[in-house]
Formats: sequence, structure tokens, C-alpha cells
Amino acid sequence: MTGSEILIEGLKREGVEVIFGYPGGSVLPLCDHLYDCGLRFILVRHEQGAAHAADGYARASGRVGVCLATSGPGATNLVTGIATAYMDSIPVVAITGQVATHLIGNDAFQEVDTTGITRPITKHNYLVKDVRDLPRIIKEAFHIASTGRPGPVLIDLPVDVQRAEGKPLFPEKVEIRSYRPTYQGHPLQLEKAWKTIRQARQPVIMAGGGIILADASEPLRAFAEKTSIPVTFTLMGLGSLPVNHPLSLGMLGMHGTRYANYAVMESDLLIAMGCRFDDRVTGKLDQFAPRAKIIHIDIDPSAISKNVEVDIPIVGHVKKVLEQLNEVAEPIPLKEWLDKINQWKKQYPISYERNGLKPQKVIEEISRLTDGEAIICTEVGQNQMWTAQFYQFQKPRTLITSGGLGTMGFGFPSAIGAQVARPEATVIDIAGDGSIQMNIQELATAVANRLPVKVIILNNCYLGMVRQWQQLFYKRRYAFTCLEGTQPDFVKLAEAYGAVGLRIKTVEELEPALKKALAERERPVLVDCRVEPEENVFPMVPAGASLDEMIDGLA
Amino acid sequence: MKANKSGNNQQPHIISVAVENRFGVLARIAGLFSARGYNIDSLCVAETEDPTISLMTIVVKGDEKILEQIYKQLNKLVDVIKVQDITGQEFIDRELVLVKVHAANSTSRLEIMQLVSIFRARVVDVGKKTLTLEVVGSSPKVKAILELLRSFGIREIVRTGRIAIGREFGK
Repeated sequence: MTGSEILIEGLKREGVEVIFGYPGGSVLPLCDHLYDCGLRFILVRHEQGAAHAADGYARASGRVGVCLATSGPGATNLVTGIATAYMDSIPVVAITGQVATHLIGNDAFQEVDTTGITRPITKHNYLVKDVRDLPRIIKEAFHIASTGRPGPVLIDLPVDVQRAEGKPLFPEKVEIRSYRPTYQGHPLQLEKAWKTIRQARQPVIMAGGGIILADASEPLRAFAEKTSIPVTFTLMGLGSLPVNHPLSLGMLGMHGTRYANYAVMESDLLIAMGCRFDDRVTGKLDQFAPRAKIIHIDIDPSAISKNVEVDIPIVGHVKKVLEQLNEVAEPIPLKEWLDKINQWKKQYPISYERNGLKPQKVIEEISRLTDGEAIICTEVGQNQMWTAQFYQFQKPRTLITSGGLGTMGFGFPSAIGAQVARPEATVIDIAGDGSIQMNIQELATAVANRLPVKVIILNNCYLGMVRQWQQLFYKRRYAFTCLEGTQPDFVKLAEAYGAVGLRIKTVEELEPALKKALAERERPVLVDCRVEPEENVFPMVPAGASLDEMIDGLA
Repeated sequence: MKANKSGNNQQPHIISVAVENRFGVLARIAGLFSARGYNIDSLCVAETEDPTISLMTIVVKGDEKILEQIYKQLNKLVDVIKVQDITGQEFIDRELVLVKVHAANSTSRLEIMQLVSIFRARVVDVGKKTLTLEVVGSSPKVKAILELLRSFGIREIVRTGRIAIGREFGK
């Protein structure tokens, strides 16, 4: 077998069904074998799209996403996508071609030090110099990507290794002496944790992306319901429980709900699960949850006590740890605390001024028409935050968003990946008019593969989130954020690609247009929603303020 | 709840890191330090009795918080087998230094030779204007002799950086 055939055999053994990629000089042998090997190859129009699509595929399905690019520019175009997956701990295996081994280091045509460039943004990476190592490396790559704290792994495969003859001797098991993630929580720590939880009178659970990645929604729900401890979510944790669950506080942090932020600030115990205390979550760090003891459950020991000092760390797989906790969990008397929280909920609901075609209204309508059960991808900026605030997420793996890196242009290609993973599902990209143009070329990919992804553009002719900050903190000097007058006609653009294009300007047109878009099952649909241009995302914790210093409007 | 800020207690720590003996591993370790703005004081790498394992001895300054992050981040790397902070136990450390000292007249030669004998160093090269010494020792010893040699005029110093090993009956 050649290196290419071994690679493909290895991918099949790992259960891979689809590869998102783009061909090129250094992957010619590999592409030649892929051509009729039975694996589905989705040809994207830019390698960044391949990385994001593999990422979206992984997030929607819980399986490892695979992308492929050639050496040099192909590999560098993957970089943003790999970094996005790395920041959000998404299992992706990226395969890149490399110039022939004897040319490495020679500044050969389309040569770049791919493993060097991607070292800080991958969980691990490999440069394969000998075809005999390839079977082991493939197995290790998938193992490393999908276990412990998941993350992207890159395999750099020189073109001569793709052609070299080798034996497909795949090891039975992966044995990496230096890589053994901890799964079970330490019994003593668990005992200490439960003792502390039992005594708490104002506890809050903070559910992060780890809950989604670990498929831990069920044990989380069981634990929360049994103890009646309210749950707030980080952006990445949305969908862990239905947002309208009585114990749900919605999202916390910079654009979180007032009641979530107040609850955290007044809590006497914060139980953080699968999250990493990002600065967008904590606000001013030394004023964050000032009275709370902190229990932190995470599979990554380096996430613990990195930003905040943790009182009781539990290193382990959050699903396993929750199951362990559920064995001892009992009801806790929290009536007073819950009453207080419900009072806040009534007093400070997430809201907006209902006039004209507001972006929030668009999302509310999408939420209503899909019962909060569609797979929602977002771009980055206001569109992302309004989605987090107004879409009524019911299930895990239904919000696909670049939380850590904040990558504009992520939403649409990740929606393509999600639609490939879940062909029966309604997949919607909630976009801004800025972000959508960062990977709009993938319309061709969606059309070619008959993927009925819905792109809802909240078109305000601005790079809205930056404009909002300029409005609030830079004296309304809208430096480089106004797209008015230079925008393409999105409807014509969609049609030029063979997609469906719709445009709405009034609230009355909203429901019919969305219904039409949702009914389309063959082609991507792009809905250009001309929303109120200067709408802002509120409430908001200004940078450097503490979580209870939220602002609701312009001063 | 307190934010996890680093203080000013910058103690040098000797960290011993057992890693897979493969290309690219040194770059991963170095990258880990540079990405977080941690400065490495010295670093020694060589194969161990097991040829598949290399041992890195890294001397780094930082307070407890920084050290804890370094320890955790090192452990997170797939190629890292074991991380130990040697400073926390009884240990022996050594450094090899080659130092070229100005010694053009007989008085200074004599004085330098006396230092060589006191510090159990060795003269490894004699020239018309310089003596080159080999000094092996623990950190204070190396520091002391270099301090004394400074008055003669040090032309050049090459140091290996510190290596360290835990004692059998360490804490």
C-alpha cells in the first residue's frame, strides 16, 4: 500500500465518512486515491472554509471532523480554522500536504513550516517522515483529538511519503505513555465538594462548553433538579439545559442576563463545570463572585486556578464527575435563594424596544418558528450575542459559535459542516453583513452539495459590535465600521451562486420570508434582513467593570 | 474570591522534564515558555539511560502561580512524560563553566592558579595572554569563583547551565 492508501484506510478505520478539503500540488497522490475510495469529499472554495466546516461537523455530531489542504498557502489558510477549533476544544484532524522530504527546509515551491506554524494552536501535530510511522500516527491523532480536553491535531504528510510503499500495520490500541487524561473525579475531592454544596445557601452552577463536549446534559439536569441549584451558562455552554428551564439563568458575562450576573455576584458557592473563566465571563477579575467559594470541575488541570483561585478542584470528565455527584446528591433547602432569583428574573428580563425590524425580533421569530430546536451557527459580533440572548436553545450541540477565538466568517462554513453531519436538521447561520462576506465563497460549496443551509443576515450596514463600542467609548467616531453604500446586493449574489435570495425590510415581511426559507430543502437560502442600523446589544458589562455594573442603554 | 495574580516572589526553580526523544519537542517546550512570556534562565537537554527519553533541566524564575502554570502546561504537552520541580526536594546541582581569564603577567597567573586550587577547578588551556579554566560546581561555588576572577578581566565565558538530580534520601 502507498502512504495515501494507508491514510485513507486509517481514516476509514476511525469511522470517518466525510472530508472537507481543497486539492493542490502536494496532495495530488492523496487526492487521486480519495477520488474513488468511497469517502465523501466536500470541495470547499477556500481552505479556511474546510477547517470551519470540519469544526461545525464535529460540534454538531460529536465526532471528529476532518479537513484537508495542500502545503504552503493551503496549510496557512487552515490556520484560522484550526485556531478556532483549538480555542473551543473541538476535535478536528487536519491533514496537510508537504513538499517532498528531501526538499523540506529548502524554501521549495509552496513550502511552509506547517508543524511550526500550527504548534501553538493544535493539541498535537505530526510531520510524517517515514511511511512506517503513518498507521500509528493516524490512530494517535484521532485518539488525542477526541479524548481528554479535545482539540485539533494536524498531520503534515510530505508528498513522497504519500507515494511511498508501506504496510498498513495499524496498532490495536493507542499507547502513549505521556498522555493519560484523568476521567474519574478523585473521591476525596468529590466528598469535599458535596459537603460544601450541601451547606451552601446561595449556590450557582456555571455550565461551560465542557458540558456539551462531554455530552453531560442529562446528568447536569439530574443534578440541578435534584439539588434545585440554578444554572447559568457560558456562551459555549448554551444548550446544556433548555434556556426556559425553571432553573436556567441564561447566559452570564459581558452580554449575559442581569439575573445571571447578579446571582453569580451574590452567590456563596459557584460550581463551575467545563469552563475556563474567560475574561468575557468574569468581568473585572478581582471583583468576580466576591463571596463565593469555587468548585471547579474540568478535565484540563491547567484550566484550574489559571484565572481565579479555586477552593475545590476536581479534575475529571464532567459527565463522569456529575454521575459520581448524582450518587450522593440530595435536595438542598434553597427556597429563599430561588425566590430572590425569580424576583430578579421578573424585574430584569432580557428585552428590547419593540419597534421596526429589530435584529432581536428576527431571532425571536426564528426561535419561535423552529421551536428552539434548529442548529444555530453564528458569526461573531452583535449577531452572535443577540442569538445567545434571544434564541431559546433547548438541546446541546445546537449552538455552533466561535466562542474563544471569535472568528468572523466562522458561521457559514461551520453551518455547511453541521448540515453535512445532520442532513435532516434545520441548520441556520445567523450572520452579520460584515461576517458573511468573510467566507461568502462557500455559497458555491452549499449549492454544489445541495445543502439547504439558511443564512439570515442581520444587515445593519455596519460592523455592528465594533460600531457599538465606538458609539459608547470612542465618541461615536465610526472608524472603518460603516459599510453603507459599498455593500453587494445579497439577493443577487445568492442568485448568482444558484442559491435562493430573499430580502425583507419590515416586520410584516419577516414571518413569511422565514417560513419560505425554512421550507427550502434543496438549496441554500440567504435572507437579507434590513434591520435597525444602530441597535445595540444590552445589557452590557463595559470592559474592566465588574459583572454587577451592567449598563442598559446609552448614558 | 481572589483573582489569580502573580506576585513578586521570583525564586529560581530547577525543573526536570522527561520528554520523548523526538524532533520538535524542544520547540514545543520553548514555545510554551515564550508564548506566555516566561523567561528561561538556562536549559540543558540530553538523552537519558533510556534512548527514547530526553531529560531537560530548565531553570526558570517565577512565583508559585507561574510555576504552577508552567508545571501544568508542561504536563499538558503530549510529548512530556514527567515534570518535577527539583527545588522542592533535597538535590545536587552542578554546572560546567569554561572561562577565559586575562593573565598576561606572572602575578596574576599565580593568583589565578591559587584560586584554581582552592575551588578545585582546572586549567585547560594556557596562552600568552590568557588562561582558560574549567569550573565544575554548584551554583554558589560557580558564582563565587566567577566573582573573584572578574578582577583579572574575564574575556569569555561559556556555561552549560545547571543540571540537577534529587537525592535518594530527599524530602
